[in-house]
Amino acid sequence: MEDITYWLPLVWAALLATAVALYIVLDGFDLGLGILFPLAPEETRRDTMMNTVAPFWDGNETWLILGGGGLFVAFPKAYSIIMPAIYIPMIVMLLALVFRGVAFEFRWVSKPRHGVWDLAFLGGSIVASFSQGVILGALLQGIAVENGAYAGGSFDWLTPFALFCGLCVVIGYALLGATWLIMKTEGDTAEWARKLATPLLFAMLACLVVVSLWTPLTLPRIAERWFSWPNLFWLSPIPLLTAFAAFRCWVGLESLNKRSDITPFIWSIVLFMLCYVGLMISNVPYLIPPTLTVWDLAGHPSAQLFSLVGALIMLPVILGYTVFVYWTFRGKLKPGEGYH
Amino acid sequence: MDLDPVLLARIQFAFTVSFHIIFPSFTIGLAAFIATLLVRWQMTGRDHLYRLARFWTKIFAVSFAMGVVSGIVLSYQFGTNWSKFSDVTGNVIGPLIGYEVLTAFFLEATFLGVMLFGWDKVPAKLHVTAAILVAVGTSLSAFWILSANSWMHTPTGHGIKDGIAYPVDWLKIIFNPSFPYRFAHMFTAAYLTTSVVIAAVGARYLLANTFHEEAKTMMRMGLGMIALLAPLQLVIGDMHGLNTAKYQPAKVAAMEAHWDGAKPADLVLFAIPNEIEERNDYEVAIPNLASFIITHDTQGLFPGLKDFAPQDRPPVKPVFYAFRAMVGIGMALIAIGLVGVFLWFTGRLFQARWFLKPLSYTWPLGFIAILAGWWVTETGRQPWLVTGLLRTVDAISPVSAGAVLTSLILFVLVYSSVFSMGIYYINRLIEKGPLGAATDIDAGLPSRPLSAATKATHDAIEIKR
Ligand code: HDD
Ligand code: HEM
Ligand code: HEM
Repeated sequence: MEDITYWLPLVWAALLATAVALYIVLDGFDLGLGILFPLAPEETRRDTMMNTVAPFWDGNETWLILGGGGLFVAFPKAYSIIMPAIYIPMIVMLLALVFRGVAFEFRWVSKPRHGVWDLAFLGGSIVASFSQGVILGALLQGIAVENGAYAGGSFDWLTPFALFCGLCVVIGYALLGATWLIMKTEGDTAEWARKLATPLLFAMLACLVVVSLWTPLTLPRIAERWFSWPNLFWLSPIPLLTAFAAFRCWVGLESLNKRSDITPFIWSIVLFMLCYVGLMISNVPYLIPPTLTVWDLAGHPSAQLFSLVGALIMLPVILGYTVFVYWTFRGKLKPGEGYH
Repeated sequence: MDLDPVLLARIQFAFTVSFHIIFPSFTIGLAAFIATLLVRWQMTGRDHLYRLARFWTKIFAVSFAMGVVSGIVLSYQFGTNWSKFSDVTGNVIGPLIGYEVLTAFFLEATFLGVMLFGWDKVPAKLHVTAAILVAVGTSLSAFWILSANSWMHTPTGHGIKDGIAYPVDWLKIIFNPSFPYRFAHMFTAAYLTTSVVIAAVGARYLLANTFHEEAKTMMRMGLGMIALLAPLQLVIGDMHGLNTAKYQPAKVAAMEAHWDGAKPADLVLFAIPNEIEERNDYEVAIPNLASFIITHDTQGLFPGLKDFAPQDRPPVKPVFYAFRAMVGIGMALIAIGLVGVFLWFTGRLFQARWFLKPLSYTWPLGFIAILAGWWVTETGRQPWLVTGLLRTVDAISPVSAGAVLTSLILFVLVYSSVFSMGIYYINRLIEKGPLGAATDIDAGLPSRPLSAATKATHDAIEIKR
């Protein structure tokens, strides 16, 4: 029993981390398209952009349900503390997702009067992404807990740092969206996306640098984690790899002979994942920094075990058919072609 | 002004979940209908079946999107508004919802892509399979969420430690006493609701004298299902009620507005329950019939509301009225099914305007019955959130009433505008009707490739779907 109560929460934390990572990448690029919408006023381009993700967005968003659901399943205590703490950004995100989600269908059926759904799609995407960043920032800066319940106010999350994280996520998703378009479209739209991607890449790097300085400067536990010896040595590959990934992404975008349609997307995903790993390293083993660890918050072992069995059987199946659907709709979307 | 966060959170949950259930009730049935059409088309090769499937798939897509976004809101609401509920029951309810995500949501959401956009892109067999998988997904989703919900009504298979429920026997938790009835009743309700919509649309086309072939198929399939399912629903509902009488007697007392458990109960047809004086005003009732229904004995006794302390009684009026609305609609549907099938077998169905006219207006009936049914069940469970385990007042999050009120207002504004637009668009799609049908002059073959020459791009895009 002793052993299992040690391992189960760790396994679940890893599973949740994976689900959230998949969510960030998968929904990241389709939210990114909405963020790029204001820069693409032409109807046909917007049609194309929407069409590149139309068959996938619902599946992508399901990872968000698994992220939240997974927290509820394995760490119900954490769920009951975190959700009230981030009440406002959470509700805002959900409402934004309502607008954005229905826009996928409403935009087509309301044509030619779809202007309002264009607005819903771009506004929903931007607000949802921003809220996700704010939630991330709020978790990083710590949540007030007393007697196993949230003990702060409605606006504790509202700090310059959390708002800045919001901005970072918007920029990052826009980068994923732009590189996705380079991969999935051709002609005008692909060229246009390529032009946007480079500045976005640099903006994203700037965000990264600022967050990497801001967190250790204000949160001693993070400074301790990264800058004490020998951690400094073991963790040094992370910033180095990040720089490398950014460089490769840039090469794929700009270089004359190594210019590619696919590598910018791949490397921007790698870039994202490295940031994500960095955040994990800053916080392991805390689920609610700075006080509660995955063990403090773990659900009942029987609940964790029962769900783990399901997850281990189903996740490979899910990944399998997800890949299958992406494969079915592979390749570039020709201008004017649509699934709709 | 003193706002009560519990009341606000209850209103908010009731509002958002009531909006949500409208869409699943329709998508569960519609997914199965579309899959059936496609399978029949594969077997017979009759084109109008294909056109129908394609037509309903468009509507399905719009409804499904609304179901998804309103559902995501709900699952997060357990944490934002009812965090104590998440804490106390998370070990039991959490895994059930986890299984729903893993076995159902991913399945339906992923294959939806193929079902909606695979028409000309994947082999027909694969497309049909995708439609079937989506239908399976929606049913599995109902299975798990109803199991979770039923456990809240009739909790079994768990233990309690430090006030937190933990699982002991998963089979007992999943198949808790009210689950089989609730699942059967809700599942039938979803199919019934969809059948009513389909029959009503068929009637509408016949009256408007368009899309004859499609309309006749819809009428036959819709009315056939109603004739079959409406009586079945009465039987299941009756068994469900007997189960409730056993496990949640206070709810049944409220459903029947039965105050005095020492006397046999009359079946109250109409009354205004008076909670202060503990009796019914203006009562019209059939003597002893309620006792007969619930105990199968005209002199049988079952507990009345007075047998429960006032703080343990559910609100009587909403439960009582909603129950009558649901059963009333159930009876109406049985009648519609009978008349429809009679006309069909005597060969008069498609000309009977006196029948078609009202039928074309019946489409909301199923939805209303479903909402009424849920209001009976959920309000009848009060003051408990989990019967005997957790009271609703103890389940609330430590959030300010102001925050709950603000979010409630936002939900009301957003939902009423967004979802009413959705319903408007669905109606517009229905008005346009199946593309490529005989009455459509500009029609081409269903698989006609897109060409820039056809009308505006908009129309071209629509045909493609
Ligand atoms: C009887 C069936 C039923 C009931 C009682 C509920 N739902 Fe639901 N839900 C479905 C049947 C369904 C569905 C058929 O699976 C949906 C509807 C349309 C759709 O898109 O999937 C869905 C969608 C849906 C989604 C989006 C899933 C996706 O991405 O595909 C979530 C997160 C929830 N629901 C959550 C809930 C919660 C938390 C509920 C209760 C409080 C709830 N649902 C009641
Ligand atoms: C989808 C159909 C459903 C409808 C229409 C519905 C309706 C309602 C209504 C009207 C209330 C308010 C009751 C009151 O406070 O008087 C309520 C409360 C609630 N229901 Fe449901 N319900 C549904 C399904 C579910 C399911 C599947 C679950 C859980 C798995 C659930 C969990 C809750 C919770 C947590 C509350 C809030 C606490 C309370 O007021 O009791 N509901 N629901
Ligand atoms: C024809 C006679 C009917 C009877 C006798 C009946 C009986 C019942 C009973 C007793 C309940 C309460 C269950 C509880 O105690 O929690 C219930 C709930 C419900 N009913 Fe009905 N019902 C009938 C018709 C219908 C129809 C026509 C629909 C919809 C098309 C419907 C949909 C529902 C739903 C969605 C619920 C809530 C979920 C549940 O608890 O099963 N019912 N019904």
